[in-house]
Amino acid sequence: MKHKELERKSIEYRKTILEIIYQSGAGHTGGSLSCIDILNVLYNGVMNITPENFSSFDRDHFIQSKGHSVEALYTVLQDCGFYSQKDLKSLNQFQSHFIGHPTRKVPGIEHNTGALGHGLSVAVGMALGLKMDKKEFRVFTLLGDGELSEGSIWEAATTASKYQLDNLIVIIDRNKLQITGNTEEVNPIEPLADKFTSFGFSISETLGNDISSLIEILQKTPTEKNKPNLIIANTVKGAGVSFIENQIAWHHKVPSEAEYNMAMKELDEALLNV
Amino acid sequence: MSDIKIGKPNLEVFAETLLLEAKKNSSITVVTSDSRGSGKLVPFGKELPKQIVEVGIAEQNLVGISAGLAASRKKVFAVSPASFLTARSLEQIKADIAYSNHPVCLVGISAGISYGQLGSTHHSIHDFAVLRCINNLSIVAPSDNFETTEAIKQAVDYQNPLYIRFGKKPMMDIHSHNASFKIGKAIIAKKGEDVLLIATGETVQRAYLAAQILEQNEIHATVISMHTIKPFDEETFLNEARKAKVIVSVEEHSIYGGLGEQCASLLAQNKINTCFKILGIPDEYMINGSQSDVLDHYNMSPEKISKTVSDLLINK
Repeated sequence: MKHKELERKSIEYRKTILEIIYQSGAGHTGGSLSCIDILNVLYNGVMNITPENFSSFDRDHFIQSKGHSVEALYTVLQDCGFYSQKDLKSLNQFQSHFIGHPTRKVPGIEHNTGALGHGLSVAVGMALGLKMDKKEFRVFTLLGDGELSEGSIWEAATTASKYQLDNLIVIIDRNKLQITGNTEEVNPIEPLADKFTSFGFSISETLGNDISSLIEILQKTPTEKNKPNLIIANTVKGAGVSFIENQIAWHHKVPSEAEYNMAMKELDEALLNV
Repeated sequence: MSDIKIGKPNLEVFAETLLLEAKKNSSITVVTSDSRGSGKLVPFGKELPKQIVEVGIAEQNLVGISAGLAASRKKVFAVSPASFLTARSLEQIKADIAYSNHPVCLVGISAGISYGQLGSTHHSIHDFAVLRCINNLSIVAPSDNFETTEAIKQAVDYQNPLYIRFGKKPMMDIHSHNASFKIGKAIIAKKGEDVLLIATGETVQRAYLAAQILEQNEIHATVISMHTIKPFDEETFLNEARKAKVIVSVEEHSIYGGLGEQCASLLAQNKINTCFKILGIPDEYMINGSQSDVLDHYNMSPEKISKTVSDLLINK
């Protein structure tokens, strides 16, 4: 898929994210907007995951450890053909499978997440299983930066390194904000690259809201043999909508009608400029 | 008093059975948290090194990785002391195994108060209680070597998340070799028309010996080995409960949230107003001692169990 087409998709995805959050009255707006470009590039340009091959284990895999940004994942999976727009719009409705964190009841979801700090261990297990069976597929997992305070992340990092899981690609949505404030004020996680380097990872850093940068880095990963991969994707929380960007309040704020209309207008204008 | 043969520790039987099964089935993968020695899995590691994963002392990671391996079509046995497995990694059990529906077999070794003198950090008298209220998780506590062998064999093909716990002391061979074991179906180890003793795991042999003492006093007890705590075999329990003059439950677990409270709930909801006593670990700062000493102290010696039954019969 061409870069321009992916850029266009990212804007359309943002419109859908805001629409389903606005209509359902709940959602994690800021985090979904910060990671949407990463998911866009992964599903449309990097990973071998389709509705047709999903029931097989012989394909790439994706675990969204930062489960609260589920509106972004649901949006991309719908566009990839896993389910209809009508299904997507049932978000948060009574008896809908489309709830506020990923569940395997939704086609295309690999693992139930929501409690933070779990995804990396599960991804390590999957990557290890592929290695044990000598299968050449990759496991991608998306982590939030705030969840790096969970000790289980670092337990998993040691095992990823021990088993030399170069088929594991960990992406950190480094938007630098969590629900209480700046990650470095809440509980510092820096120096992130040094920490993961010392745990035996191969480190890359990129602009996580820039399609070209993401494609460049993801297409050349895995980067080193026998080392698990870590990509620090520097993003902006709420990226793409000016009045939502970098605002803690938008962690899980739902737009009012006026805010929704304003955001849509801004995104429509952005579409014209692609 | 008893001519029942003493078998092996259930822990050893588990390790031997799993090794035999894994030699036939290469998808069987053991995951340990520096626990292969205490889990008697050193021979497994030597004979099948490609089927064992070691994560070090990291129980949360143990369970998360087990879920991932299960997703990659491995039949995973995650082995760790029951105390840590069911407390330190409870959220992983809930979210990554039960909620995500991965058919991992979680094996809690040295369960209950097997590590008696090591203190409450090493006891698991909470595991039935906390795991019973996690949806989509079966719980099994085999009593003797026969039940352990069968539980492990059936765990290989079990399609749902499962927790199995046992201790490390040699166990009496309670059941004859033609007994039938099925996860979810209780075994009646002894039939008697007067009273009902229901126990689980390693306390079954204590209940069985108590029944022999009672027999000497012409009190005939039925003994149920309720090896599966969830799904609970309500039918067998209620059928026997309706016939009994008194009922006593025995478990190596807190009196809260385990076998006894499950029985009490069923008795009350089925209008069975039979005299009933729960024997287990009370809510107090636990005494120090070996597993045997502690169980005896809390009225779970065969003599004290039989006395409890006799007293209930007198006072009912």
